[in-house]
Amino acid sequence: MKVKTILASKGMTVVAARPDQLIGEAIALLSAHNIGLLVIVDGAGKLVGVLSERDIVREAAGNEAFLSQVIEQVMTKAVITGTPQDDVRSVLQTMTDKRFRHLPIIDRGNLIGIVSIGDLVKAQLEEYEGEIDTLQSQVSKGSD
Amino acid sequence: MTQPGTASTPLRVAIVGSGPAAFYAAEHLFKQLNLVVEIDMFDRLPTPYGLVRGGVAPDHQKIKSVTHAYEKIADRPHFRFYGNVEFGKHIQLSDLRDHYHQILYATGAQTDRRMNIPGEELKGSHPATEFVAWYNGHPDFRDCHFDLSQERVAVVGVGNVAIDVARLLCLSPRELAATDIANYALDALSHSKVKEVYLLGRRGPAQAAFTNPELKEIGELEDADPVVLPEEAELDPLSRAEMEKEGDRTTIRKVELLQEYARRTAGGKSRQLLIRFLVSPLELIGDEAGQVVKMRLAKNVLVQSEAGSLSAKATDQVEELPVGLVFRSVGYRGVALPEVPFHDRWGVVLNDRGRVLDPDSKGPRIGEYATGWIKRGPSGVIGTNKPDAVETVTCMLEDFANGLTLHPAHPAGEAADSLIRERQPQTFSFADWQRLDEMEVARGEAQGRPRVKFVSVEEMWAALGRGASNK
Repeated sequence: MKVKTILASKGMTVVAARPDQLIGEAIALLSAHNIGLLVIVDGAGKLVGVLSERDIVREAAGNEAFLSQVIEQVMTKAVITGTPQDDVRSVLQTMTDKRFRHLPIIDRGNLIGIVSIGDLVKAQLEEYEGEIDTLQSQVSKGSD
Repeated sequence: MTQPGTASTPLRVAIVGSGPAAFYAAEHLFKQLNLVVEIDMFDRLPTPYGLVRGGVAPDHQKIKSVTHAYEKIADRPHFRFYGNVEFGKHIQLSDLRDHYHQILYATGAQTDRRMNIPGEELKGSHPATEFVAWYNGHPDFRDCHFDLSQERVAVVGVGNVAIDVARLLCLSPRELAATDIANYALDALSHSKVKEVYLLGRRGPAQAAFTNPELKEIGELEDADPVVLPEEAELDPLSRAEMEKEGDRTTIRKVELLQEYARRTAGGKSRQLLIRFLVSPLELIGDEAGQVVKMRLAKNVLVQSEAGSLSAKATDQVEELPVGLVFRSVGYRGVALPEVPFHDRWGVVLNDRGRVLDPDSKGPRIGEYATGWIKRGPSGVIGTNKPDAVETVTCMLEDFANGLTLHPAHPAGEAADSLIRERQPQTFSFADWQRLDEMEVARGEAQGRPRVKFVSVEEMWAALGRGASNK
């Protein structure tokens, strides 16, 4: 299964912020959309970083004034990105190895979506459920 | 306005399409306690079950037995089937909005993806989906012609559709005769001159999408040997590392099976089914008559993406493969429905977990949903459509609970029924299908076959004693 299968039914909305916005605003966005990561884009819409809950917690742990920091100071700039053609299983392995939980997906130079580790696990689980269900329906027919 | 969902005012749902996803969605809707649902299911064909009838290979009867579960769903008192009724032709979106509270699109993926290489239009180059529909007796494809006097055939792709096509081309007349393949296809394939069938995969053995039972099956054919080149069965270092790390038993077993085929010596059978890896078609080359005669292939290597996936990258190394017939099987693709927002690049209805989205506002369109391949694209096995349908139905129920349904002007079942029959007098009910089913099975019994299919709408209509077509 490929990442595009997940993105196909995940809507069209990617929640993004600008690097010069404040962390306080970023937290409000994360909370309002009930998500764990913001993509950070420049004025031209180009991906320049991501800001995850972890980035914020890390900053908050050592800096009481973190709410008034700008996103650019806190975000992760070395972003690993994926494509719609990436295999779900390989991406899950990479997330586990490199300990990150969201993958921005770039298609023909454009940011088209995000898949989270939750999306990937759900897709994998549904694939297994489907296989089991198919096998069970054949086995139960066989014993009729 | 009365909230629907009660015995006096049932929640009326139209499902467009009648394949596995449609039936799993119907099943989940009927399962709801304290909710009375009426379902009308439409199909553009007279017969239900989508790709279970028209896609699953005719020698895979056990897989087709999943329809017993669908029969139980269709047996519910609040279920009606309208076969031979096409959305966008006999009934429009506005008709459904006038007669139903919710509309669910489950039309699947009816066409194929292209390879986008020169020569794809040559004579002898076909989409595998057409060949599949043809041998399965799909009324729209019964008149297709495939030149089975060719000795060498290439099937581009290594998914289950590709391996089905390759296997069907390799079955002996005796094996074919034990299936429910369409009669004309049985005849044509029994006289086929095909000697070598090539399955061509862009990536390596560990990435092949076909599943293990299908792979095992080609090692057990009566009159064809599986052939894998030893050097292509060996894993490259990246695939080996990935497989060892993931420890996925299915992949390990698949690679072992392929390596076992690579060690086999040809068994002297009449046909060979050759699986090639790490090759991509660059071009189909034709003769003066425009008939494909060979294919140019690039040899690939695997490279790892940033996110960890292995993808194929062409090298300078090129080879030519003489073939007279080519089937491309690089994926099914959904077809846009009239007036329904569509994601063209992915070939799916624009949706969020099954809720159809408005392309401008990016918000949901009230009362419209999608499930199955038209929602997520072609992926998984039949059963994968069950969790997919449950996700969509969960959205439908949430919206219903929040009062977000359509408000049809004519919510009575009789009104919909009259309209449909007026638009399409030649409508097939589920009882009609059950009679056709019995007749097909009876015709099969006489020949020692699971069934002998009806392959045209006229033939089906006449078999029901309804006289000549008035189409």
